[in-house]
Amino acid sequence: MSNLIEQLLNGLTLGSIYALVALGYTMVYGILLMINFAHSEVFMAGAFLGWATLTMAQSLPAPWGIILAFAVGMAGCGSLAVGIEKCAYAPLRRAPRLAPLISAIGVSIILQNAVFLWRNDFLAFPLVFPQIQIPLGAVQISLVQLVILASSLILMFFLWLFVNKTRLGQAMRACSQDREAAELVGIPVDQIISMTFFIGAVLGGAGGILYSLYYGSIKYNMGFVPGMKAFTAAVLGGIGNVPGAMLGGLLLGLAEALGTAFLPQAEWKDVFAFGILILILILRPRGILGERTSEKL
Amino acid sequence: MIRRINKTLRIQWPVLLLIFLAILLPLFLENTFYAYFIRILGLAGLYMIIALGLNIVVGYLGLLDLGFMAFYAIGAYSMALLSLAGYGFWWSLLASVLITMFFRLAVGAPVLRLRGDYLAIVTLGFGEITRIVLNNWDSLTNGPKGLSLLSSAAVQPIHFFHRTISTNTDFYYLILFFVVLCVVISARLEDSRMGRAWVAIRENEIAARLLGIELTRMKMIGFVASAAFAGAAGAIFARWENFVTPESFTFWESVMVVTMVVVGGMGSIPGVLLGAAIVVLIPEALRNVLGTEFVSWRYLIFGVALVLVAIFRPQGVWPNKRMSRELKLEEKGGSQNR
Repeated sequence: MSNLIEQLLNGLTLGSIYALVALGYTMVYGILLMINFAHSEVFMAGAFLGWATLTMAQSLPAPWGIILAFAVGMAGCGSLAVGIEKCAYAPLRRAPRLAPLISAIGVSIILQNAVFLWRNDFLAFPLVFPQIQIPLGAVQISLVQLVILASSLILMFFLWLFVNKTRLGQAMRACSQDREAAELVGIPVDQIISMTFFIGAVLGGAGGILYSLYYGSIKYNMGFVPGMKAFTAAVLGGIGNVPGAMLGGLLLGLAEALGTAFLPQAEWKDVFAFGILILILILRPRGILGERTSEKL
Repeated sequence: MIRRINKTLRIQWPVLLLIFLAILLPLFLENTFYAYFIRILGLAGLYMIIALGLNIVVGYLGLLDLGFMAFYAIGAYSMALLSLAGYGFWWSLLASVLITMFFRLAVGAPVLRLRGDYLAIVTLGFGEITRIVLNNWDSLTNGPKGLSLLSSAAVQPIHFFHRTISTNTDFYYLILFFVVLCVVISARLEDSRMGRAWVAIRENEIAARLLGIELTRMKMIGFVASAAFAGAAGAIFARWENFVTPESFTFWESVMVVTMVVVGGMGSIPGVLLGAAIVVLIPEALRNVLGTEFVSWRYLIFGVALVLVAIFRPQGVWPNKRMSRELKLEEKGGSQNR
């Protein structure tokens, strides 16, 4: 029983990272109706920026190193994503739907190979947090897990505040409802799109650092699997829907943990996760929290 | 008679010239330093077959499929298993294609109601599930170690026009034959009632339904037909390589095939062929141009090229006539239909 709860806690930890990354996918999709393939590479870039900062700032006292790493990673990813958007996606606003997808795949290849040229093997991510187990009733949770859970929940809370309680958040929601109407009422749509990319990438970069803290190693192609899971999570919750992405991430993490607990081989857990995804999509194609959209004629 | 065939196929002399050149090419390359290029061209040919198949779904039907290589994998594994069981090449090929189509049918039945990106993500999910199952079903697929056809005595040689197919050049010709066959099939499908129904569905589902097109049935036929191409290509690949592992069928491969179709020009047969050639050959060509020191830069350059193509030729390098006309209209009218 306590084993099961520990598995569920693991699932929740991973799920909260998926949720952070899924937010980037879902917000961009909400506005541009585009699968931002490069997002998983932004996630990877966050991990590498965090690693570089931590290795350079080894002399800093304990909490400051990791705080600096988060600051550099998140700001770096945000600017990277805005740059990508300006160069590779903005010229394609009126192109056929698959063109931005190809552009995103191109960016993804560029980023992966740029990092590959720099460091082409596994790198050990510094273990910043001491390996402490914290008793929690009958079960134990490690300090890293607690940090991951807490920081991703805090980030998601701030995002929720931003989207729902600020003028900029309101503008963002307006853009995702109807871009042309938003433009007509004077919302600077291009700037809102850049801002959306920035926020999504900041969360994705944080997710990258948290993910590396959890697994302890990074590589140039590390973004692919968690990126795909995060995208799955976004669809699961209802793509384009911010609370949906959070819920989808946590649910996917939990489903995976259950899969690990009950299935004979660890690798089957991915089958389990995708199986759930497919079932949900077939039974409820708009996702758990997605709204029914009327077809445009 | 010949004129009649010509009328249905609409063979034009540049096409014949191209086929003629493709037949002659290995004669020049063989026994030279560039002999390995025959293998790469053969590989490009295999991707052409796959891309022509995906073109039916992405180009004609306008549906995004991100797990297409799963069916390439099913074709390859079917061929490997059947060959190891001692069946001849041509029967195994037929069986592999049928098995692939059956799986496609089983997958397509529940998911084809889904729209747009949901379909994309479900196909992606099936693609990954296929790979993971192949990787873990040790008793059937030998897991990550893969199946080798080399050491088995049961595997029968391939006979093709009274030749035994074994070298890269032999396989090049076998693949060339199938590329031509697939082009003919694609062209005939495109001009058939069915092809027109597919394009109608792509343009506007509701209007197509009002015209009396059975949406699900037509989509299903296109979906299953596309898998036949991938299954055949996978089966040939298995015999050529004499070895199949799950590693050859990653999500990344599926993405590359989508790239070929879009870069070449969705719905355009010459475009798709060109797209496959570009995506396979450019990294190889760069390998020679860049020299040993910069070899690892070639995918970076490839990525930049992809972005540039997307920005400056969003309709593809050799677009379908109807599609490029629409794009121009949209630019003029400025209206956005998504």
